[in-house]
Formats: sequence, C-alpha cells, structure tokens
Amino acid sequence: MSTTADVGAWRARMPGAFGPTGLRLVWRWALVLAVLSATGGAFVWFEMTPARFFAGLSELGRVALLMLPPQPGEQPMELVWALLETLAMAVAGTAIAALLAVPLGFLAARNVMSLAPFRFGLRRFLDVLRGVDQLVWALIFVRAVGLGPLAGVLSIIVTDTGTLAKLYSEALENADRRQVDGVRASGGSHVQIARFGLLPQALPLMLSNALYIFESNVRSSTILGIVGAGGIGFQLSDRIRALRWDEASFIILMILTAVALIDAGSAALRRRLMQA
Amino acid sequence: MDAAYVSLRAERRRRNLLGWIVVAAVFATSAIVAELDPAKLWAGLPRITEYVEKTLPVLRLGHLPEDLAEWFWDLGHWLYLLAETLVMAYLATMLGTVAALLGCFLAARGLAPHATTAWLIRRGFEFARVVPELVFALLFIYAFGLGPMAGVMAVALHSFGAQGKLFAEAAEIALPGPVDGVRSAGGNWAEAMRFGVLPQILPNLASFTLWRFEINVRNSAIIGFVGAGGIGEAVFTAVRLLHYEDVSALLILLVVTVSLIDQLCGRLRNRMIGVEAAR
Repeated sequence: MSTTADVGAWRARMPGAFGPTGLRLVWRWALVLAVLSATGGAFVWFEMTPARFFAGLSELGRVALLMLPPQPGEQPMELVWALLETLAMAVAGTAIAALLAVPLGFLAARNVMSLAPFRFGLRRFLDVLRGVDQLVWALIFVRAVGLGPLAGVLSIIVTDTGTLAKLYSEALENADRRQVDGVRASGGSHVQIARFGLLPQALPLMLSNALYIFESNVRSSTILGIVGAGGIGFQLSDRIRALRWDEASFIILMILTAVALIDAGSAALRRRLMQA
Repeated sequence: MDAAYVSLRAERRRRNLLGWIVVAAVFATSAIVAELDPAKLWAGLPRITEYVEKTLPVLRLGHLPEDLAEWFWDLGHWLYLLAETLVMAYLATMLGTVAALLGCFLAARGLAPHATTAWLIRRGFEFARVVPELVFALLFIYAFGLGPMAGVMAVALHSFGAQGKLFAEAAEIALPGPVDGVRSAGGNWAEAMRFGVLPQILPNLASFTLWRFEINVRNSAIIGFVGAGGIGEAVFTAVRLLHYEDVSALLILLVVTVSLIDQLCGRLRNRMIGVEAAR
C-alpha cells in the first residue's frame, strides 16, 4: 500500500504523470475560462435567464398535461391520408433522386471521368445542391410551384440527387480495378466497362445508400409541411398553432410509430442487400 | 450441370423481376399520392428556371462594387443574424453534449448502476432524437416566447438525444480493465466512470461533438423559419416576400459559412485523430 507521503514523493519526482504542468496547465485553464465565458456570454446575449427558463418549463409541464390523452380529433382519416402523403413524398422523391444520381455519380467518379476540371465543376454543383437545406429548397419550391406535396418531392429530389451522386461516386471509386481491366482487355467499350466492370461491384452499396437516404427522408418529410410543402407537418404545425395539444400529441405519436416501422423495415432490407 | 445453371439463372431472373415490379408499383402509387403529375411537373419546370433567373443579381463589370453593394444591401444585419446562428449552434451543442455526457454513463448497458433508469434514459434519448427539432421549436416558442432561446433549447434537446445515443454506445464498448482497476483501488462508481471509462472514449466523444456542431449550424440556420432565432428568419422573409436577390445573397452567405465551418471542424478532427494515432 502506498501512503499519502509516497504519492507526494512520486508527484515531486514525476509531475507530468499526475496531469499537465507549467505552460500546458496555463493553456488548459485559459481554454476552460474561454469556453465558460463564451457560454456565459451566449446566455446573456439570448437573455436566457433562469427565471425565463423555469417559467417556460412550467408552461411546458402544463402543455404536457394538456397533451394527455392524445386525441385524433374530428377528422382522423385526414391525418391518415396526410401521413400516407408524407411517406409517398419520401418514396417518390428518393426514387427519382436515386435514379438521377446514377449518371451524375458516374460522371463525378475519378475512375470514370478522367477530365478533372469537369469533375471539379460537377462536384461543386452537387455541393450546392446538398449545401442548401432541404427545408430551404421546400420553401423556395412552394413559391415556385405552389403549396402541396409536389414542392416537397422536388426539394427531396434536389438535395438528395446531390447527396446520392456524391455517395455513388465514392462507391464507384472504391471499386476494384481488376474487373474494369478485365472488361477493357476483352474489348469492352466505355459503357460496357461501366456496366459490367463497375456497376456490379458498387450496386449493393449504392442501393444501401439510397435506402439510408430514404429513411432520413421519411423523417425530414414529416416537417416539410410546416412550410406548406405537403404531408403531416402541416397538420402538426396547424394543431400546435391552434393550441390543440391533445391532437398535436396524437400526430406526434403517429409520426414516431411510422418512422419506427419504416426504419425497422428498411434496416432489414439493407442487411439483406449487403449480404447478397 | 448446364440445366441446373439455366434453371438457377431463370429462378434468379424471376425473383429480380418480381422485386422490380413491386418497386415500380410502390413508386407509381407514391407518385399518384404525392401529386407528382408529369404534366404539372412539366408546367412547373419553366417556373423553377424563371425563379432561379430572378434571384440572379445584375452585375456589370464597370460598376461591380456598387452592384455588389446593392446585392448585399443588408449585409450588416445578415452578418449579425449569421453570428447569432453560430452562437445558437455553439450553445445548443454545449448544453446538449454536457447533458448527454452526464446521462450516457447512467444509460450504458453494463455500466449503469440501475437497469430501469438506464432503460428510461435510453428511451429519453430516443424520443429527443426522433422528434424533429422544428416540432420542438414550435412547442418551445409557445413556452419560452419567440427568439433564439426557443431555438437553442430545441436544437439542444435534439443534440442531447443524438449525442446521448452515440456516447452510451461508445461507453458500452469501452474496455472493462480500467474500470476494474479503479474499482479495486477503492474508487466508487463515479470515479470508475471518470477515470476508467472517460479517458478511453474522450477522443470519440470530441469527434462526435465537432460533427454535431456542424449539423447544428445547419439546423440553427433553418430553425428561424418558425421564429426561433437565427438567419432562417431572414431567409423565410426573403422567400415569402419575393425579395429574389436577397434569397440568392442569403443562400451564398449560408453555403459559404457552412462549408467554412465544415472544413474547420474537419481539420480539428484530423488533428485530434493524428494526436491519438501518435500516442
């Protein structure tokens, strides 16, 4: 057993083993101080006082009680239809994006498109599609094509064509060269190289990526309705704004159940794809 | 053997065909439900290009400074909102991560002192992660009033759920040796977590947190759509009131900021991984 005196002796002999010393200690405390003051400053900026926090919390508690029991409201079929519309938006948007992204993904892959400036330009274009949030696209499409699910589908298509083309091109770049060389050596054309040399290798990963994006779209399409782009989000924000909390909680439960079911189904499908 | 091959191949073809028919049917139904009418889509296309055209500002080579100044006419206000967005993301990441860090040890299978509380906390993480931030924001605007506080709370709650899940999973796969070491030296549960588990998972946690900050910058930028603070408010107004050139100016500011933050965080992450690898 070592005593306190032993520990003191060791600390004197090897201070570095017990934690940072000297200048590093100063740096560490400076960092802690900077983080604390930045956090404190943010609280002051946003006027996030304890009084406001607790007042809001008690208000939330009151709302939570009003949410029980969840009620479907007068038109339950309307909610079911809105949920189906949400799912349909995710399916249609993801499917079209998954197809549009195939040629773009090939053109953005280093081992397919050898022209570097073209690849660079295409990749930056895809970055812009991805870089602007889906909800911003939805807001813009609502203005351009009117309220309704079409705006939502278009916003899903635009963002996820960008995301999937990038993921596809990475999947293609990671493909084994030897199969490509094999097709080329037996006289295959460029299209045949892509079709028989690259695609079979990358396809499972590409499909898995598309399914993953589909899951994410099921979640995000539930909120597209908040800006008027179709689906259940419109009903939800409408009920919250009208302070009909029991109906709002019913819709939230519907969304959570649907998302959980879709996730489970899609995960099972993805596992099978990756095994095949 | 030939016959076996042919029949096997025919069997696979049939299965593939059946799969594609199901996919096509699901897609067709979805397209109908989502009102994806080709005629309507075709009619909408010119309006989309028209919209994009309208957002492009007039930039003349001779008067570039004046034209740019007119394009970014409200730059001061926008930069203020952008700063607000970044600070919202920072604060939300901070609050959500600290709460998740405290919760993850209580939720991790094999480490948690009580199985029931662990299960409850994991369900709490799940709920906070699965409900979209925008829904929380709508609720919090009612509870905390309009402005960035509601946005910070909404993004923080979502971060708490997402981080908590990742942190708990990291803690679950931490090596048990250091924990046993602290325990056998007389440390209590909290000390075992602090000195046995935390040092093992800290690099992962830091990397997750940087990644979460990147996501939160994007989320804080759109949460203003419902009035919860940040630059989303300006984007929302510009789109709604058809201030076309403002839309493009704001989107450029947003995309540039987001990609700068992503690169900065990417560098920090690589440096941390480098430090870890050098050990």
